[in-house]
Amino acid sequence: MSKLTFARAINAGLRKSLESDPKVVLMGEDIGALGGVFRVTDGLQKDFGTHRVVDTPLAESGIIGTAVGLAYRGYRPVCEIQFDGFIYPAFDQIVSQVAKMHYRTQGRVKMPITIRVPFGGGIGSPEHHSESPEAYFTHTSGLRVISVSNPQDAYTMIQQAIASDDPVLFFEPKRRYHDKGEVDEAAELATALSMEKARVVNAGSDVTLVAYGPLVKTARDAALAAADEGTSIEVIDLRSLAPIDFPTVEASVRKTGRLVITHEAAQSGGLGAEIAASITERCFNYLEAAPVRITGFDVPYPYSKLEMHHLPDLDRILDGVDRALGRRNSLSGLEG
Amino acid sequence: MLTDEVGKGATSASRPVHSAENPLRSGGSLIQLITPKGERISHPEFDVWVKDVSDEQLGSLYEDMTVIRRIDAEATALQRQGELALWPPLLGQEASQIGSSRALREDDFVFPSYRESGVAYVRGAELAEIARVWRGNASYGWDPQRINLATPQIIIGSQSLHATGYAMGIQHDGADSAVMAYFGDGATSEGDVSEAMVFAASFQAPVVFFCQNNHWAISEPVRLQSHVQIADRPNGFGIPSMRVDGNDVLAVLAATRVALDRARKGGGPTFIEAVTYRMGPHTTADDPTRYRDPNELEDWAAKDPIARLKALLDSKGLLDEALEATVRAKADAVAAEFRASCIDMPDPAPLDVFNHVYSTPNSWIERQKDHYSRYLESFAGSSEEGAL
Repeated sequence: MSKLTFARAINAGLRKSLESDPKVVLMGEDIGALGGVFRVTDGLQKDFGTHRVVDTPLAESGIIGTAVGLAYRGYRPVCEIQFDGFIYPAFDQIVSQVAKMHYRTQGRVKMPITIRVPFGGGIGSPEHHSESPEAYFTHTSGLRVISVSNPQDAYTMIQQAIASDDPVLFFEPKRRYHDKGEVDEAAELATALSMEKARVVNAGSDVTLVAYGPLVKTARDAALAAADEGTSIEVIDLRSLAPIDFPTVEASVRKTGRLVITHEAAQSGGLGAEIAASITERCFNYLEAAPVRITGFDVPYPYSKLEMHHLPDLDRILDGVDRALGRRNSLSGLEG
Repeated sequence: MLTDEVGKGATSASRPVHSAENPLRSGGSLIQLITPKGERISHPEFDVWVKDVSDEQLGSLYEDMTVIRRIDAEATALQRQGELALWPPLLGQEASQIGSSRALREDDFVFPSYRESGVAYVRGAELAEIARVWRGNASYGWDPQRINLATPQIIIGSQSLHATGYAMGIQHDGADSAVMAYFGDGATSEGDVSEAMVFAASFQAPVVFFCQNNHWAISEPVRLQSHVQIADRPNGFGIPSMRVDGNDVLAVLAATRVALDRARKGGGPTFIEAVTYRMGPHTTADDPTRYRDPNELEDWAAKDPIARLKALLDSKGLLDEALEATVRAKADAVAAEFRASCIDMPDPAPLDVFNHVYSTPNSWIERQKDHYSRYLESFAGSSEEGAL
C-alpha cells in the first residue's frame, strides 16, 4: 500500500496499462513534456516515448477522430480532453462515431477507446473549465460512462476502462486531484470490484444518498455530520453512470424507503432525474417519500465567486435529507 | 476485383521508378491523359505512372466502369420499385472511383463516404453487401476487416480523421501500406477535414485525401464550399496536392499511384482533387432540376468518363465484338445478381435491434430486451385465437 494523490493514482494506472499492453496509446493536448495541465500524465512520455504518449494538435474532434482510426487498426487509444468544457468540439465524433461503430458494424469493429475528462467545479476557474457534461454521454447508447471518487478506484478503474472493449468516458473529479488516499498498486485487476458496480461507502438505515465523483466525499461528510444528530444515511458511490448499477441502489432504497440524489450537473434532464424515475419504477411500493434531488442549478456554470452557491455542499445535502425524511427544511410549507 | 492486375501493377517491381520532377502541384493545372474525345495525350510527368497499363488492362478498367454504372442504374430502379429505401447514385463518377481504387494494394485501408459503391465493388464487396445498407437491413455493408474498407460513412467528412488515425497506426506499426479517405467537395467545409489535414501534416501520416469534386453538395454548388480551387486549400496545411481530371480514368490512376507511392515511402499525406460531376441526383430522394441548369448537365455529359475510355479503346482498335460481348455479359450478370440478392435478402429479427450496442453485456439494454421480448411473446398464439 502506498499513499498517493488522486492524480498520481491515475498516473500509476496509466503506466501499468502502457506496460502491460503495447497497443495502448495516450493522446491529448500537452500530455507529453508538460505531463498534462494537471500533471496526470507526468513522466509517461519520457518513459514510453513520443509514439506511445502523443502530444496532439489542439483539435478535440481530431483527437477523438484519429483515435477511431487507431482503434480500427487494433490500438487502444486513451484520449485526454483537457477540460470538461472542451469536449463539445469532439461531441460529434464521440456520439456519432465512437458510440455507434460497434453497433453499425454489428460487432466487426471494436472501439476500445478511453476518453479521460477532468470534470466538475470547485477550483476557481473561468468558464468552460468546471462543467459536468456526463448526462450528454449517459444518454448516448454505446458508451460506458464512469466517474471515480477516490485514489484506489482511480488506479484500478482507469485500467479497467482501458481494458474494456467498449468505449469509456472516464470522468475525473478535478477538485479531488490532490486528495491523498491509500492505493494498493499490487492489487490484481481481475479480483477488483467491476467498474460497473456501485459501492455502499457508508452503511445507514434512514435514507439512501446517491452520489458520484467529486460529491462522494461531500456526501460522506454529510453522513458523518448527520450521524452526530442521530440520522443514519447510507451513501452509495455510483462509480458507473452508464449503465447505473440499479440493483445496488434498489436494495438500499428497499431498506431505507427514502432516496436523495446529488450531483454537480444541472438538474433538468440530469442523472438525478433518471435515478429518481428508475427507482420509482422499480420500488414504488417501498418509497415513503418522493425522491429528492440536490444538484447544480439550471444555469451555465457560474463565475468562480459564485460557484460555491451552485455546487451542492454538505448543508444543502442535509436540507435535502430533511426533505426526504419529512422533517422541517428550507422548503417546508411550500406546496408543489 | 481486389487483386486486379492494374492494382498489382502499382506495386510490382516492374513499375518504373519515377525520377522526373515532383509531379505534385497546386491547383490550376488539370492532370489529363485522355481528352473528352478519347484521345490519349502525353503528359511528361504522369505518363510514366501508367506505362505498365496494357491494352487488356484498359479493357478491364472499361469493364469495371461499365459494370458499376449498371449497378447504379439497377439500384436506382430498385429504389423506385420500393426494394431499396434510398440510393446515392454515382453516375458520372465512375472514372474517379475505379481509377483511384484500382491503384490500391490489398493491404491498404480505405475510409469511404456513402457514395463509393464503385470503390466497394473494386475492393471485393459482395453485391448483397453493397445493397444491404440502402435496403435498410443493416447499418454496415461488408466486414471492414475482410476487405480493408470501412463501412459507409454518412456524417460528412468524419472519415477523414479515421483515415488519418489509421495511418498513424500504420506508422506505429512500421508498415508500408497506406490509407485512402474519400470525401466530396461539400466535406471540405467540415471542420473534421481540416483537422484531419492538420493531424496528417503534423505526423506525416501515410494518408491520401481523395476529394471527388462532383460540383454539388446536394443543392449547394462547389463555389459555396470553397472560394479557391479545392486543391489549393491543402497547401496551406503543408500538404501537396494534385488536381486531376476525375473523368479520366488513366489520369486518376496515375495521380493516385503517385500519392500512394509517396505515402509508402514516408513522404506523408497527399491531397487529390478529382474534378468530376455528379450527373444524377444526390440521392434518389433529391430533385436536381430544382437547382441545376440543364445546360451544365449537357456540358458534362460530353465529358462522360465511360464514353471517353470507349472512344480511346475504339481508336486503338481494341473495342472489338469480343470485348463488347464480355463486358455486356458481365454487366447483365452483375445486375441480375444485384437485383436477386437485394430482393432475396431476409429481414432482420425484431430482437436484433438490441444486438451489438456493446462488446460486453449492458444491464440497461438486457433489461429492455427482456421486457420487449416478453411483450412480443404476449402475441404468441393470438392469431389462432383471432385476437388480432
